[in-house]
Amino acid sequence: MAQYMFLLYDSEEWYDNVTPDDWQQAMKLHGAFAEAVEKAGARILGGEALERSTTASTVKQREGAEPLVTDGPFIETKEALGGYYVIEARDLDQALELAKICPSGNVEVRPVMDTSGDSGPQG
Amino acid sequence: MTEAVEVTRVVDRAHRESWSTVLASVVRLTRDLDLAEDCTQDAFVQALRTWPDGIPANPGGWLTTVARRLALDRLRRETTLRRKLPLLVEEPGEIEQPTDPLRLVFTCCHPALARESQVALTLRLICGLTTREVAAVLLIGEPTAAARITRAKKKIAAAGIPYRIPADHELSARLDVVLTVVHLVYTAGHVAAGSELTRTDLTGRAIELARMLERLMPDEPEPQALLGLLLMTEARGDARVSADGELVLLADQDRSRWNMQLLVEGVSRATEALERGQGRFALQAAVAGLHVTAPSWAKTNWGQVVRMYDAMMVSWPTPIVALNRAAAHSLVPGADLTAVLAELDALSNEPALATYAYLPATRADILTRLNRPDEAADAYKAAIALTANEAERRFLTARLQARGAQSWSASPASRRPR
Repeated sequence: MAQYMFLLYDSEEWYDNVTPDDWQQAMKLHGAFAEAVEKAGARILGGEALERSTTASTVKQREGAEPLVTDGPFIETKEALGGYYVIEARDLDQALELAKICPSGNVEVRPVMDTSGDSGPQG
Repeated sequence: MTEAVEVTRVVDRAHRESWSTVLASVVRLTRDLDLAEDCTQDAFVQALRTWPDGIPANPGGWLTTVARRLALDRLRRETTLRRKLPLLVEEPGEIEQPTDPLRLVFTCCHPALARESQVALTLRLICGLTTREVAAVLLIGEPTAAARITRAKKKIAAAGIPYRIPADHELSARLDVVLTVVHLVYTAGHVAAGSELTRTDLTGRAIELARMLERLMPDEPEPQALLGLLLMTEARGDARVSADGELVLLADQDRSRWNMQLLVEGVSRATEALERGQGRFALQAAVAGLHVTAPSWAKTNWGQVVRMYDAMMVSWPTPIVALNRAAAHSLVPGADLTAVLAELDALSNEPALATYAYLPATRADILTRLNRPDEAADAYKAAIALTANEAERRFLTARLQARGAQSWSASPASRRPR
């Protein structure tokens, strides 16, 4: 089994205009997603919704100077990172199948690096 | 002792025929593409050294045995180091199987890899080309080719792209990617940029790949359709270029110069595939079949060609299919050329066609036939600016100079309303 991070990128307009009904509906979709993951024999190891990108701060390390703190996310895009899951799946094919049914318009799937060894990033 | 020339010839043939089988079998053992490649390469080096004493009865089997033994030795020596590396995901408990090369093919053509990486990896791992050869056939620099291959291999291992034949429910979509890559390898050789019109080695490799897929996936009609399509295209090979190296269009080709053996083989495969399904390669092969079985360009059943493109538009609605459909439509006797021109103009905003020389070339032809020479000239110039092939450029330039005199996509007979 390998671990994958699902980064959920969506338009934030939705959050600005969301009704309580819409919100309940979205939570139901995530509940159904969690069930589908278990049913596929994979596991959700973690995951949260994130506050809006306007609440983000970025800390940038600088050589020979104090770290620079700026307002906003590291990368400004039309879609913002709105939530994440960490999922344990058999392989990339299973992870991609699950990403296809994940309730989000854009899901970036990133393998989680195994840092248990001492040899540094490989592959 | 066997003659050195004879040994080289046998090793070359084994390289073409068995490289992917040997490599695929070793990958099952090592679950590491780089190590498997090294061992496969070393087995071929050993063959060159030892086969002068006697060529084995089954060269492919000999190479697999040697490469696997080399891999086992290396694995034993390097266990501690290798344990840290991400290994290919593989279903456990299986031994070497004749369909192993398919695993390699589906891994190289995984949809999570960029198309350009899929092509480079396929040439390297399935066809056994060196990085230098991959760079040469794809017209990219050697460092670019090396970076592309290395990055793709790293992603396969780190992201957990599985080394397996896809399950039934995903097979047709995954197979479509594989066939697209093989088709791209063929077209890269067929409409090669540069001065030579074809690079036969590359077209030959693509046909061998299609043959392998047909053999290993007998239940699927699409590999058979692709093979039929490639064989029919290949059959016209010699007739595509005149004695002085100029491009000859299908309309003007001397049909007696077509390779009948390849043609018959291609048509029979296309026919059989079309009876088994209407996938996009079956439909493309059907179009090619309608062309090669017509007695002449003018007597081609253009209405039927248009119907095949219509069927393609249902499952594969791309701007390129739409362009081909419009070009075929313009050749149906009595076609409304002004309407076809409007279809082409509607396609001109498609980003996928922005650098595609065939769009302005087709427009130029229609404009010539509509007797609008100035607009035709502009379209020819646009097409000339876009083509990377020297022979195509010379051809279009000649048409530009002769515009108004003759249409390139229709003989005079086919334009006469009936």
